[in-house]
Amino acid sequence: MSYLAKPKVHHPSLKPNALGLTRRDYEGALSTLCAGCGHDSITAAIIHAFWELDIEPYKVAKLSGIGCSSKTPAYFLREAHGFNSVHGRMPSIATGAGAANRELIMIGVSGDGDSLSIGLGQLCHAIRRNVNLLYILENNGVYGLTKGQFSASADFGSTSKKGEVNEMTPIDGVTLALNLGATFVARSFSGDKEQLIPILQAGLQHNGFAFVEVISPCVTFNDHEGSTKSYSYTREHMIEVVEADFVPIRSEITTQYEPGSVKRVQMHDGGMVNLRKVAEDYDPTDRDKAYAYIRNCQSEGEVATGLLYIDENGKDMVEQNDVVDAALTNLPYSDLCPGSEALAKLQLRFR
Amino acid sequence: MVNMRRTDTNNPDYYHKVVDCQWACPAHTNVPEYIRLIAQGRFDDAYIVNRESNVFPGILGRTCDRPCEPACRRTRVDGKPVAICRLKRVAADHKSDIKDRIPKAPAKKNGKKIALVGAGPSSLTVANDLMPLGYDVTIYEKGPRPGGLMRINIPAFRLPEEVLDEEIGYIVDMGVTMKYDTPVNSLKELLDTKEYDAVFVGSGAPKGKELVLPGRYDTDQVFIGIEWLESIHFGHIDSVGKRVLIIGVGNTAMDCCRSAKRLGATEVKVIARKTRKYFKASPWELEDAEEENVEILENLSPVQFVVENGKLVGMEFDKFTSQEVDGKLIQEPAGRITIPCDSVILAIGQENAFPWIERNIGLDFDPKWDMPVVDKDTFMSTREGVFFGGDAAFGPANIIWAVEQGHQAAISIHKYCIGESLSDRPPRGQTLASTKMGLHEWSYSNYFDPASRQKMVHVDLPVRFSKMTIEVEKGFTEEQTALEVQRCLNCDIETHFTDSLCIECDACIDICPVDCLTLTENGEEADLRTRLTAPALNMEQALFVSSELKQTGRVMVKDENICIHCGLCAERCPTYAWDMRKFALHLPYAGRPAPVETVAQVAQVTS
Repeated sequence: MSYLAKPKVHHPSLKPNALGLTRRDYEGALSTLCAGCGHDSITAAIIHAFWELDIEPYKVAKLSGIGCSSKTPAYFLREAHGFNSVHGRMPSIATGAGAANRELIMIGVSGDGDSLSIGLGQLCHAIRRNVNLLYILENNGVYGLTKGQFSASADFGSTSKKGEVNEMTPIDGVTLALNLGATFVARSFSGDKEQLIPILQAGLQHNGFAFVEVISPCVTFNDHEGSTKSYSYTREHMIEVVEADFVPIRSEITTQYEPGSVKRVQMHDGGMVNLRKVAEDYDPTDRDKAYAYIRNCQSEGEVATGLLYIDENGKDMVEQNDVVDAALTNLPYSDLCPGSEALAKLQLRFR
Repeated sequence: MVNMRRTDTNNPDYYHKVVDCQWACPAHTNVPEYIRLIAQGRFDDAYIVNRESNVFPGILGRTCDRPCEPACRRTRVDGKPVAICRLKRVAADHKSDIKDRIPKAPAKKNGKKIALVGAGPSSLTVANDLMPLGYDVTIYEKGPRPGGLMRINIPAFRLPEEVLDEEIGYIVDMGVTMKYDTPVNSLKELLDTKEYDAVFVGSGAPKGKELVLPGRYDTDQVFIGIEWLESIHFGHIDSVGKRVLIIGVGNTAMDCCRSAKRLGATEVKVIARKTRKYFKASPWELEDAEEENVEILENLSPVQFVVENGKLVGMEFDKFTSQEVDGKLIQEPAGRITIPCDSVILAIGQENAFPWIERNIGLDFDPKWDMPVVDKDTFMSTREGVFFGGDAAFGPANIIWAVEQGHQAAISIHKYCIGESLSDRPPRGQTLASTKMGLHEWSYSNYFDPASRQKMVHVDLPVRFSKMTIEVEKGFTEEQTALEVQRCLNCDIETHFTDSLCIECDACIDICPVDCLTLTENGEEADLRTRLTAPALNMEQALFVSSELKQTGRVMVKDENICIHCGLCAERCPTYAWDMRKFALHLPYAGRPAPVETVAQVAQVTS
């Protein structure tokens, strides 16, 4: 962290987006995380993604639980709505918020402890319900706030800062999400914004639950020799299997690709994701093949990254449940509360 | 494609250039250091830091041409430079008695005698540098008092006499032999006495340019600017016509028009050949003149003086229209105009004049300009042992250049006297010391203060016109000083990068408020400049480039242009790869070589 607030002064070339806002307008409070924390880089990527998509901050809800990762919503989009929930319970809050206001653009930030230990059940059900939420799992393999114990995502055989060896097998968020039927599954690295930003943008435009795991080294407790979540280990072992290039709805497609090398996926709102296969015979639209490929990478000691799976045909929670096509707050009171006669009629259906 | 090489930060020039003000100052005054000292109320120390390089802080704090201010990084950040010059004056005005901190001449002389011609800023600087080494220095001055143009050409309402006397006194009181009212009428004679081991000519550019047009000599109401100012100074002139035209629009013209106002002129017009953009006067001097209701007329070229019955009644000008085409001023004739006036002051430039230097003494003159041939580095003429400096060396410039040339000439004179090669110039050195005081504490105030530039308060118009010697500028108040010092960005607290420590976590890039930093593939400079977080379009500002970093082979690039030296990169750096290090430039002076091997560093530096 630093004690000095980031000065308001900026570079003269700082560009405004279509709303007339600069990247600096999407910042939040001063980060109190350790200097060099991967989470701060993810925050910077989130800021960039929202700014470039011209999203009005007041339309956004940022949600989190407990942990270093869960502090980060304070550090971006200072004008957005926010909810910092009980440990591991952010998916429930998101589910409720999404049901009450389907127009909210929701971003949830969680960590490996919040998502894969105390909140594992919550995560599973949010995926199952396909809540329309960009869910970021900032994975550092360690409990940083409580001084460096192994988390549920710590790899078998990796060592703690003091040299203790982890004897338990990890829970892998990506294969878990694929297994549970998530319609958008990605993995990236805090130290690779070129990859991360387009994935976040695609995730924000995805209709349904977008699961993005980001390996985010803990500089204080998990950046040593023997760690499998350090900056150097991640750089040595990550392989990008799909390169995603998010093309917003209003932009022309200018990037040239070799024919056959690119798969285009139309996003719900009209934007487009170009998926360029880096690994041969990888298909980000085939769940089983993707799963097998990622598992194979894992056994080879490699970390597959990129937009690993996408399915734009799924129904999200509000569609599944036939929720009224407006934010509840915008409905007239008479519709929200149609009176005791209507209640009696409704109750009759369950008798 | 040629990749950029790792920036050599061990070369003092690299970090020196980042300190824009210090780099732009001919004497390389350590500006940020003295501003910090002022901020701490250490006016004596601030004054001494100044005096080390510029010798006349009080004088320059009022009159300097301030090449530092247009260079100031703050201009590029919020539009207005730090008021460096006026802060210098704060140090000079508020210091206590610092006499015992001024270098003294040793009791035992070294046996060498040096003659200096003219008691202006360059000669005084030579004396300042040589006296402490034990030289016997004699200054020949044609006038009754020392100071040269600083005394006789700069009006007292800009530079009070006490300030001059005090600062010149520090030098003269070291024991310089002053020969007043003693013009040197023959250099040959002076040299033939063989009394001196070396002679320095610092006689300035004392001749104002003439404008010979019809009517010039039919009236006694046409004056040459610098001579006129001199006559005012000596009290030979104490009045002027009601309507005065000043021909020319340089800084001398500004002193003339403002002096005319104080001599009782009611209608003062300054005549310019071109448009404002091309004026030679400093913008602040133009503003000060306009504040005194001086009118500046553009696009006029003098044709003749209109004299009727022996009385000057006006001046005729060709008029022009001006327009800028592709950055060039195109002027077309647009008729004529006669402007009525009672007096005309010519302020169209100064010239050198060396009627007292014989052309057959082995001292070559450039035939084209009739100027002595002077070596640009050693300041020695083609006659061994005769040196030049200030306006006498290369034509009219300003005080701060005269000072710097005095320093360089003193180095040469000393080398000459002890038999060292003159062309072998002493190198500069640097010290880099970490300012880290604690986890997130630095030994400088790294907070960016958004305060805007403080405006100098001036004496009311009627009061200032009542007397020639009322200083117009009141100087900064305590409150103004407190605000202005915080505007300094501390550019000498350098962002120092240690390549081997970087883990490429992006923390510095994410936090930098002004997008200075980028991790990217190396490349040619022109290409690299386009690929940064913010494009580096200011070609005068350097790029720092690291060596290839160990994790990805990319390089860390920093565009120095807009960096506000807030130190957030170093605060967010988990491995101490970025550190804020105080850069001190060590300049060599006569008999005092700069310590060049004094790189005090906290962490190990890799290439």
